[in-house]
Amino acid sequence: MDNDADSILATLQGWRAAGKAAALATVVSTWGSSPRPEGSHLAVDADGHFVGSVSGGCIEGAVIDAAVQVMASGRPQLLEFGVSDEQAWQVGLACGGRVQVFVEPVE
Amino acid sequence: MKAATLARIARAQQQREALLVVTRLADGAQCVVDAAGCSGDLALAPEQAAEAAALLAAGRSAGLAAAAGLFARAYVPAPRLLIVGAVHIAQALAPMAAAAGFEVIVIDPRGAFASPERFPGVQLSDEWPDEALARLGLDAATALVALSHDPKLDDPALELALPSALFYIGALGSRRTHEKRLERLRAAGLGDLTGRIHSPIGLDLGGRAPAEIAVSILAEVIQVRYRGDRVETGA
Repeated sequence: MDNDADSILATLQGWRAAGKAAALATVVSTWGSSPRPEGSHLAVDADGHFVGSVSGGCIEGAVIDAAVQVMASGRPQLLEFGVSDEQAWQVGLACGGRVQVFVEPVE
Repeated sequence: MKAATLARIARAQQQREALLVVTRLADGAQCVVDAAGCSGDLALAPEQAAEAAALLAAGRSAGLAAAAGLFARAYVPAPRLLIVGAVHIAQALAPMAAAAGFEVIVIDPRGAFASPERFPGVQLSDEWPDEALARLGLDAATALVALSHDPKLDDPALELALPSALFYIGALGSRRTHEKRLERLRAAGLGDLTGRIHSPIGLDLGGRAPAEIAVSILAEVIQVRYRGDRVETGA
């Protein structure tokens, strides 16, 4: 299992304790050769600082952008990236496979 | 995610308790599933609750097959590495294992060895190994390596480790040292279990420097954690 969830969630708690807005992204489904397994977390704060990962580094930029929107709206988003997806080409999902990432605000 | 859920996960990790957070992807409603059942904004149907309980037991994250749009995230206790003997190899192993996600505790009652100067930022115990292990508990998410080369420290640790649920037990020492150790453990009535000890310790990478041996040990611990113990049991 993910051993690093501990430190990611601790960082998230630290941001919230300091009064910063934050969001949590989680890989919720994968197809093919996705680099990070289901359950992998990426935490983002209002300034775009982030810890953890949801891919080998190719889609983090897009997920961070969505996380900032989620913080502003307070509503979760379900994102999908795949090789057939134009958005994925833009952000460069060179790793192949498809992933679905759930991004939620942290109260 | 609610602040209370985040705090609940942190508390469970600290107490080495596994739990599951089930999320409805349509709106983010969540419930926390633990040994007592499920609680939160999201109510689970009986077959969903049964599937969540199975994932909790397996420590696995996955979408629920019983219902589209429900994702279960398992939070399991961090693996722990207990190092008996605050020796040179331990100085290299402790930070490497911490970087690999292990909670590391170095046990050595000799203050000159287990000093914060030699182990900056590492959790140290100056108890005798048998006292420390009894206090810490030896669960299936924990590995133990005996590195002290001193039977007064290594043997009591191994005597507790062998009948426990630990997923990995390793002991440093030459073949000859290990033969003598096995004789003592057999005399203590643990002959049937001595095959659990990895010795020579670590994957055979060929390195001899303390840091290189630490890499070998950590690599073997990780291998056994994911691939299982291939060592034959029996003395």
